[in-house]
Amino acid sequence: MTSRITARFREILKKDKKAFIPYIMTGHPTLQRTRELIKLLEDSGADIIELGVPFSDPLADGPTIQKAARTALEQGITLHKVIDFVADLRNATQIPIILMTYYNPVYKYGEELFSREASAAGVDGLIIPDLPPDEAANLIAYSKKQGVDTIFLLAPTSTHERIEKVAKVSRGFIYYVSMTGITGSDLSMDASIESHIAAIRKKCSTPVAVGFGISNADEASAVAKFADGVIVGSAIVKQVEKPDDELRTYLRSLREAIR
Amino acid sequence: MPALSELEAAYTTAGKDTVFTEELALLQTTYIGRPTPLYFAKRLTERLGGAKIYLKREDLAHTGAHKINNAIGQALLAKKMGKQRLIAETGAGQHGVATATGAALTGLSCDIYMGSDDIARQSLNVFRMKLLGARVIEVSTGSRTLKDAINEGLRDWTTNVRTTHYVMGTVFGPHPFPMMVRDFQAVIGKEAKKQIMKAEGRLPDYLIACVGGGSNSIGLFFDFLAHDSVRMIGVEAGGRGIASGEHAARFAGGSIGILQGTKSYLLQDDDGNVLGTHSVSAGLDYASVGPEHAFLKDSGRVEYTYAEDNEALGAFEMLSRTEGIIPALESSHALAEAIKRAPALSKEYVIVVNLSGRGDKDVQHVARIKGIEL
Repeated sequence: MTSRITARFREILKKDKKAFIPYIMTGHPTLQRTRELIKLLEDSGADIIELGVPFSDPLADGPTIQKAARTALEQGITLHKVIDFVADLRNATQIPIILMTYYNPVYKYGEELFSREASAAGVDGLIIPDLPPDEAANLIAYSKKQGVDTIFLLAPTSTHERIEKVAKVSRGFIYYVSMTGITGSDLSMDASIESHIAAIRKKCSTPVAVGFGISNADEASAVAKFADGVIVGSAIVKQVEKPDDELRTYLRSLREAIR
Repeated sequence: MPALSELEAAYTTAGKDTVFTEELALLQTTYIGRPTPLYFAKRLTERLGGAKIYLKREDLAHTGAHKINNAIGQALLAKKMGKQRLIAETGAGQHGVATATGAALTGLSCDIYMGSDDIARQSLNVFRMKLLGARVIEVSTGSRTLKDAINEGLRDWTTNVRTTHYVMGTVFGPHPFPMMVRDFQAVIGKEAKKQIMKAEGRLPDYLIACVGGGSNSIGLFFDFLAHDSVRMIGVEAGGRGIASGEHAARFAGGSIGILQGTKSYLLQDDDGNVLGTHSVSAGLDYASVGPEHAFLKDSGRVEYTYAEDNEALGAFEMLSRTEGIIPALESSHALAEAIKRAPALSKEYVIVVNLSGRGDKDVQHVARIKGIEL
């Protein structure tokens, strides 16, 4: 069965376009605002939405998303609540949704139960930055059975062995981290990034989306030249409390740039 | 991940390289001051009226705690790997001081991450690190203690992984850290075994050590694990009591979880978020515990218990007055357990307590608790 994420990428790539994948934190600043933002993102041309699940110790995240996670935790947002939220959201939109969470909440939930309930709620994919594929055999198997894509990360420091491993198990797309570091840092693209992505493409036909540090139209445009999709997180998270019109203008500028 | 593979390979090679092992052995004797003494605490033993109590004097190691054993080992390794910079987390400040010392010794630059709460209660160690040429970076996120300092350290490492070595201070984090730190600390137990054989002509009945991340305890226990007659007790921080929720007793109040690349016992809520911890001692104030301790707990080989803040403070004062040794508040937790156990045992029993650090760093903090202005 073709997943909603794969189907969306095929559709986009067939039209010779690139995917725009925004990230927001669920429950930041409130769950109601998250619901509005999803509509706004979709209306502004987002192809896939990445929903952050707040965690007490977000190791891969910079200050912006750490702060958003803290706000969301204070609102009582948990992994269970995020799944309920997605289930409810499915009455309003069928846009592909990816959860970005850390491993411990999933482990605590129970990997099999989580895969089942996430799938039933309409979650299409998972990104778990602190779970390397070496340790993910169970979750990969459970998620595959439930039709949820497990998306793994590669970085400029990844070795050939790692590329091969991730190419084998990453479904939906491969998340290529533009640099060594955490979310929301200044973009300083590694010189090797293009050749590195070319090496990934030799191993598999899975689309490659690039994220970390992309904050404006120029950067998005530069990345879109060699990636199948562009992920923008912290830069959007910083602006979620701005008036909708202003935010829409910004999101459209990204959308325009990603081609 | 590539960094961990690189580290594991470098560590395995170094272990077989006599130039490396001889350089480390030489520094252990001439720089750290090993072997540290095993001291018979005669007056404390008499005071308690039961088992004989020996203290493994890691407080006499250079910089005042066992942390230096690991920091020097990792600093040498980082230098060998061609890294230019060391980073580390620190709770009580002892590992930060030890890493800053290792950096000065090897000529590497050094940044230490420390929670703002810990900076407030360990200001002496903060200044020591600065004197040693390190930069102390304040971490004011999360609980503002050790856990958050590790988060920031790991974030830095993922950013600067090509030039920087992360000196994990305890038997925690992703492989190979728990194994490597244990190996560098195992010198404690190796020496203690020889020393107690010399003093008593036999192995001890009990080993007692405090457990934060668990490096001093595993260092003492490791060489004795095969000797079934030796009972081992790890003492966690009971804080204000388990029922209060303000503690760091992972075995008493935690469940299995994953934090910072490690699966072990973890203080967490039902949704898998990590809970806040409390201990009078910054070095034990941590939500998880080294995975090898989890294994030793589940196998039943080591018994784990806890001492509350006031018990540790009592032990801190008792050792100061009976033996003229001011212990670290961390080590005072181990002493508190020895103080509980010794009176119930006959005089033939032998207990070895790991006195993992000296208490100079805690003097101001204890004065504050007692309401004394210095």
